[in-house]
Amino acid sequence: MTTIAVTLNGRSRSHAVEPRETLAGFLRDGCNLTGTHLGCEHGACGACTVLLDGAPVRSCIVLAVAADGRSVESIEGLRDDPIMVLLRTAFHEAHALQCGFCTPGMLITARDILRRHRLPDEALIRRELAGQICRCTGYVGIVEAIRRAGAELAAAQPA
Amino acid sequence: MRPPPLAYRRPATLDAALQALREDEAATPIAGGQSLVVMLSLRVAATQSLVDIARLPELAQVEWRGEVLRIGAATRHAMIEDGLVPDPAQGLLARVAGGIAYRAVRNMGTIGGSLALADPAADWPVCLMALDATAVIAGERRVAMGDFIQGAYATALAPGEILEAIEIPLLPAEGRWGFAKLARKQGAFSDSLCVAVSRPGRPPRVVLGATGSGARLLPEVAAALSDAADAASLTAAIAQAVAAADPGADSYRLRCHAAIVARAVAQMRQP
Repeated sequence: MTTIAVTLNGRSRSHAVEPRETLAGFLRDGCNLTGTHLGCEHGACGACTVLLDGAPVRSCIVLAVAADGRSVESIEGLRDDPIMVLLRTAFHEAHALQCGFCTPGMLITARDILRRHRLPDEALIRRELAGQICRCTGYVGIVEAIRRAGAELAAAQPA
Repeated sequence: MRPPPLAYRRPATLDAALQALREDEAATPIAGGQSLVVMLSLRVAATQSLVDIARLPELAQVEWRGEVLRIGAATRHAMIEDGLVPDPAQGLLARVAGGIAYRAVRNMGTIGGSLALADPAADWPVCLMALDATAVIAGERRVAMGDFIQGAYATALAPGEILEAIEIPLLPAEGRWGFAKLARKQGAFSDSLCVAVSRPGRPPRVVLGATGSGARLLPEVAAALSDAADAASLTAAIAQAVAAADPGADSYRLRCHAAIVARAVAQMRQP
């Protein structure tokens, strides 16, 4: 076992982990943060996306030891994030979730798209979402929700 | 799904990492791990211990040395995509970086890790061979990219060696590049990709990727371009070159290759 120190959803904590443990396994089994969903478990579906030092990563293909000394935010830690608040409403109104399995990864990726691109159009959103798989195939609603949230964000922050 | 039990070390310096690899011959260096963790989890690769080199300060340095940009091997794709490191090749590096896998993968994956793995469908070996870059292995052992990449998953790295940096010669403003890539889905591994680079006063370098043996220089295509061949002869030269570069390819794959090389070359030749 190796001891890692991480800032998890704003709180410092240290934890003993097996070096082979993935960040997703650490969050779900070690910290009981089950909002991080494990779909494919080999980096293909994006459901397990979390933030490492503020940037999205796939927690099923990042070892927990690689997060040592860094900041990790899972979907649970983004409850009051202003962009996430907009996105939650937009996802609700655009019917952007069905079973909800892909939703945590979709939301974290959507937030990153809106942080990097002002007023993203459908083509850009679809390109950026290529790594997030929704097996309900509800992409039309998801893309529309992100577009709406982007428009609201731009209206609130004129260029 | 997670890898089998592993030992793990994260040395603080390059010398300590090399020492760790000397002490434990069964150890594997890991940087971003975006391929390695998957391969270990799927049991298609095996190791007993990992030496984490992702945070070595020596592998993070980026600097101009005259007209050559030296990029530390642990530079992540997203940093290149976002222009956080200088682009020595008129925008080619950022263009290639932005098309690798998905953003969440580009935030972890490194340019050096991609070269050291030498996946046959990877982008960096193709791009860096076309740019005539040099791999710098710790200890200042320099290997031209065309010799560093030796085939699918095969490189010039000996056990215990660490790829420290990549040196890329400046592509001057008169230089031109073309990049074309075909994948069934944005971010998926390519069915074909090609980078073509022309430098003033030198024959162009055209490199095809996603062949059975990885990145392959196509000197026949460069020769046809230098001879100012007409369109039909260029098409014939491309067809012949891709068939020779990927002898195991079926007719579909060969058509993909021919189309992708033609697109990259056409982009390079635009004024």
